[in-house]
Amino acid sequence: MTAPTTFAPTRPVQRRSTSLLGSLYAGNARSVMHRGLLATKSTNWLVVMSGFFEPIFYLLSMGIGLGALVGTVETSTGAHVPYAAFIAPALLAVAAMNGAIYDSTWNVFFKMQYAKLYEGMLSTSLGPLDVALGEISLALLRGALYAGGFLIVMQVLGLNLAWTALLALPAVLLIAFGFASLGMAITSYMKTFQQMDWINFVMLPMFLFSATFYPLTVYPEPIQWVIQVLPLWHGVELVRGLTTGALSVAMLGHVLYYVVMIAVGLVFTTKRLRALFLD
Amino acid sequence: MSAPVITANLLTKKYKEVAAVDGISFEVAPGESFGLLGPNGAGKSTTMRMVGAVSTRTSGDLSILGLDPNDHGPEVRSQLGVVPQQDNLDMELRVRDNLIVYGRYFGIPNKTAGKKADELLEFAQLSDRAKAKVDDLSGGMKRRLTIARSLMNEPRILLLDEPTTGLDPQARHILWDRLFRLKEQGTTLVLTTHYMDEAEQLCDRLVVVDKGTIMAEGAPAALIRQYSTREVVEVRFGSDRNAEVAERIRGIGERIEVLPDRILIYSENGEAELQKITEMGLEPITSLVRRSSLEDVFLRLTGRSLIE
Ligand SMILES: Nc1ncnc2c1ncn2[C@@H]1O[C@H](COP(=O)(O)OP(=O)(O)O)[C@@H](O)[C@H]1O
Ligand SMILES: [Mg+2]
Repeated sequence: MTAPTTFAPTRPVQRRSTSLLGSLYAGNARSVMHRGLLATKSTNWLVVMSGFFEPIFYLLSMGIGLGALVGTVETSTGAHVPYAAFIAPALLAVAAMNGAIYDSTWNVFFKMQYAKLYEGMLSTSLGPLDVALGEISLALLRGALYAGGFLIVMQVLGLNLAWTALLALPAVLLIAFGFASLGMAITSYMKTFQQMDWINFVMLPMFLFSATFYPLTVYPEPIQWVIQVLPLWHGVELVRGLTTGALSVAMLGHVLYYVVMIAVGLVFTTKRLRALFLD
Repeated sequence: MSAPVITANLLTKKYKEVAAVDGISFEVAPGESFGLLGPNGAGKSTTMRMVGAVSTRTSGDLSILGLDPNDHGPEVRSQLGVVPQQDNLDMELRVRDNLIVYGRYFGIPNKTAGKKADELLEFAQLSDRAKAKVDDLSGGMKRRLTIARSLMNEPRILLLDEPTTGLDPQARHILWDRLFRLKEQGTTLVLTTHYMDEAEQLCDRLVVVDKGTIMAEGAPAALIRQYSTREVVEVRFGSDRNAEVAERIRGIGERIEVLPDRILIYSENGEAELQKITEMGLEPITSLVRRSSLEDVFLRLTGRSLIE
């Protein structure tokens, strides 16, 4: 058989902009996402499902079980809500976070250190921003799936107290995007498994203490500040406001926090990919 | 002659203070098959990465298809096919999906990529492995898949970094045959190797590189003519006697090289020189008369063998 056509001497070379963005972004993050979706065919679905059910188990055991003892709780805006309806939005934010983190940390670490996947991608016409956006979108998608499923469970259990709960859907997308973006950025700087364990080391206390299971006011003020610096608390407050219908201006601040988080994550991931694979 | 597709001028890459590539200059014409021949650590891969627009040069000029890869990375890469020294196939995807997904990285639509993938699987003699896992392929098959992958975007230049290193002889020959077909088609090939036979078979023209610099440049036959004699006699007297014997046979042939395990005598007529040695009453353990090769060119230029 004959060799395939390769040589095309008359084909003009496309010139795109010479701007910095031109060398970082080819507008084809879609293809990176498509690759990720194809590859998930071979993932361990048990692990995927366990990540989905974890917050649901918390909701059932603590919300329903513990809730019977606790009664109602006062939210940061002063509303009184049943305990299950108090923790459900927090766990919704956690579901989004877990899904996003699952892909953007360990999976990315493996691809970066062992699979040489990004090296291959960056020898094509893709730029580092395409790779970052594609991978982050994939992580975001998993976060959105986890959270979407959780939101349905909340609806069935009657824990969405206001119509604004509908807005929790875009809110969890934002939260998943934020965690995916920052997660990949941090992971891209990690070199060893031990360093990766630090991520878990931060995640667990953040999950437990970010006004997830009780109001922030139980802490002394300095500790409150620390928690307010970390991302999960902003997600919890944002979603809780929406599902309980207790809206406040502070929610705009939470949205802004995530917008910044997404931007910072994208910038650092792109920089790092460039430094590693386009030195 | 049409304008070169690659022009490198005093191309340099430093890691910290160490120059991996130290001011090399060369041009590659369209349709040409150009080689970089040199030992491990010569700077071949570093050069290929700069040409492949995945590494930024420290100094010098580089133009690929008229574009500076520093400013036009994605556009330059869209015109190149790259076979890196170490395979980086996507282990999470099956064989055919590897090709399709790679094609999509170049913005090729799914359907077009599928057709192209089938065509290239046939070219790489992997059609019956389309659904296999990459892990289950042999080394030679992986290499062929990497080459097929590099052709997905119909590149104008194909960069091959040590395409057959680590393969058994049979797998190498299959691969050479495939590369030869590409060459016949007029694909511009740039390849690195430390195998002289590979360089002789595949390259129209090559540069001999060592320690980041170019030692010589030319067609394989011309380099051999310029830096070596027509024939070489290889004689072995045992590693403890080689040096001593070499002293006694000084003057035989045009030039003598003493290696730890053998003596090389360069001459236009090898048989005649070998006869002179035996007439001196010296009995080599083994002897061989052969044609000069690029290995001899390298030895002449650097005093060392290509493969240590
Ligand atoms: N990323 C890097 N960081 C530091 N040194 C490097 C790096 N890549 C290559 N080198 C050094 O540059 C030299 C040339 O390497 P390389 O281009 O891989 O040679 P070759 O491909 O000819 O074997 C070697 O001494 C190698 O150690
Ligand atoms: Mg190399």
